[in-house]
Amino acid sequence: MRLMRHIFLIIAAMGALSASPAYAQPEFPALTGRVVDNADIIPADVEAQLTAKLEALETQSQRQLVVTTVPDLQGYDIADYGYQLGREWGLGDAERNDGALLIVAPNDRKVRIEVGYGLEGYLTDALSSLIIQNEILPRFRDGDMPGGIVAGTDAMIAQLVLPPDEAARVAQQASETRQSRESDGGFPFGFLIWIAFMFFFFVLPIIRGARRKRKYRSKGKGPWGKRNKYDDDDDDFGDAVGNIILWEIGSAIARGAMSSGSSGGSSWGGGGGFGGGFSGGGGSFGGGGASGGW
Amino acid sequence: MNLRGFGRGLVVAAVSLTLAACGINSVPAAEEEAKAKWADVEAQFQRRANLIPNLAEVAQGAAENEQAILLGVTEARAKATSVQISADDLGDAAKMEEFAAAQSQLGQGIGRLLASFEAYPQIQSNQNFLALQSQLEGTENRIAVALRDYNEAVRKYNTTIRTFPDTIGANIIHGAEPLAPYSAVTEGAEEAPTLDLTSD
Repeated sequence: MRLMRHIFLIIAAMGALSASPAYAQPEFPALTGRVVDNADIIPADVEAQLTAKLEALETQSQRQLVVTTVPDLQGYDIADYGYQLGREWGLGDAERNDGALLIVAPNDRKVRIEVGYGLEGYLTDALSSLIIQNEILPRFRDGDMPGGIVAGTDAMIAQLVLPPDEAARVAQQASETRQSRESDGGFPFGFLIWIAFMFFFFVLPIIRGARRKRKYRSKGKGPWGKRNKYDDDDDDFGDAVGNIILWEIGSAIARGAMSSGSSGGSSWGGGGGFGGGFSGGGGSFGGGGASGGW
Repeated sequence: MNLRGFGRGLVVAAVSLTLAACGINSVPAAEEEAKAKWADVEAQFQRRANLIPNLAEVAQGAAENEQAILLGVTEARAKATSVQISADDLGDAAKMEEFAAAQSQLGQGIGRLLASFEAYPQIQSNQNFLALQSQLEGTENRIAVALRDYNEAVRKYNTTIRTFPDTIGANIIHGAEPLAPYSAVTEGAEEAPTLDLTSD
């Protein structure tokens, strides 16, 4: 029993030691929808129109575009803030990284188009800059914030919609992966395999071994049955090593099964069939896009 | 089920956890992560270097004085592209410093050149130049992101190989050495080139 207490202590100490320090980053607003108007500059009817357009874009091309206004950049450069916000929200599919953001910071008088890795070839830096200079900033300078946001969003959508044939292909692909993800994600096969493995090769032999020991008092027989009958003193040690190796194999299998099951990324939402909730698909951002100020 | 069986099960679980946690897997994983991030960094620097011929084209409409700056930029570009760090040399802090120095010199040269173009209305109104300018801006931005990702990956790797329990596997099995983070040599060298007339 003393040994057990020691083990618990060691595990507890390991947990304490492996805690890593947090990394400094801005605080991000919650992803409440396709239009996150935290600075409160978009009228409700315009917001509804924008949301409908953005949803239509995702249905057509699977690409996720979100419009957001932030009251405060917390001292960060808008480019610096933007890519981290995109990563935090995980816009776009995890494999295609096809998310984009239109960020407006009215109090800092800054605007930015933030483009996910996978869209950098469509919404290039130069094009993003043109959209900002020609569509957004002139309206912002006239004080027409909603107008500038709508014009900018329209220009981005125009660039992101796909030609019909390609759109159909992408939509079909997406529904296929979503289905396979559902069947994969709905039932944790990896975990089940792991549990079964542990039970048959680990728990069961111990129970059997213990019972056999009590029944026949055969000290030389461990959980694994056939042991060298001469080394019955080292038997426990041998069993333990065998168990450790099996445990390692088991967890390796479980890891493999789990990661292949969840490699498609987190929940998809938005695209339909998930009850109207909207969430990112795990896409990442690398600083593509352009900024502007007025 | 007797107590001894339970106790043995616990020992097995604990030893197994320790084995898995002592860095056999986590150290190479962290190292590969850092190497992949370094590849991103190099790709972004290369992207910047590739934009310079376009910049040279724009500069043809400018006067003699700017040609000298342009020459400096192309020289800095040649130097910067000649200093490369392969994924296996990431632990070499001196080489990393040399690389950073060459790149920051190129960055400053580009900044100076862009600043000198301010004096030319015909360049400023050129749509190609405006596009190029936004591309350079975007590239500087991507460089900054890639560098930060790389430094974060290096920080994680260096923390992994120096802290318990991964340090056991790192030292005994992998013989892991710390990697060098990228640090800007000159102050503000990671900043995007600004179009400020007073900056030269």
